[in-house]
Amino acid sequence: MIQSLLIASLVILSLAILGCLYRLIKGPSMNDRIMSLDTIGIILLSMIAVLCMLFRTTVYFDIILLIGILTFIGTTALARYIERGDVIERTNDESDR
Amino acid sequence: MNAQTMSQIGEFLIALMVLIGALLGALSAFGLIRLPDVYMRSHAATKSATLGVLFILVGAFLYFTFYLEHVSAKLLLGIVFVFITGPVAGHLNGRAAYRSGVSMWEKSVHDDLKPALKRERERMRDSRKAEHSEKG
Repeated sequence: MIQSLLIASLVILSLAILGCLYRLIKGPSMNDRIMSLDTIGIILLSMIAVLCMLFRTTVYFDIILLIGILTFIGTTALARYIERGDVIERTNDESDR
Repeated sequence: MNAQTMSQIGEFLIALMVLIGALLGALSAFGLIRLPDVYMRSHAATKSATLGVLFILVGAFLYFTFYLEHVSAKLLLGIVFVFITGPVAGHLNGRAAYRSGVSMWEKSVHDDLKPALKRERERMRDSRKAEHSEKG
């Protein structure tokens, strides 16, 4: 019973990733692509949680945390790059000019 | 009602929670495809995807707590982390889109940020000019 429901939700989540892939390929602006990558990361994270429940194992919990952190860092870095032209700001003191 | 029935009902509720989360994820993908504009799409993607992943992770936490006797602090940490960083990433991305000049939908009627941003840019230009004249 619970297994079939979990497999159904896995199928739904994979369809959602397919929809995000459409926006990732077609997206008119760069920010569409960043946003859809972010959504793909979040959906992947929930898929791994469902897999953990399906296999009754706890070893994939590290991967949930890792994908969450990597998605956030990647989105932040790309958004900053698009907004300002560099990811890490250099110091802007008087002595540097 | 005996213990076995209770446990089956609980399992069913948790699976239903996971299914609701998956449907919310599909809903966010649907909004990502259908909506006409970066800003509206970020509205769809950020909010409903975060809510969906929260549903699924809370369901997994309850399942592991009650059925496998394993209270997972890592999963709790993941829930809190996603709950904090999802909206922040969406906000950063929308801000980068507006400041790098991605145009809004042509049927949008209201833009509060445009005059405010113009004022801020003028003020920055003035202060830079004043700095240069002091140096010169």
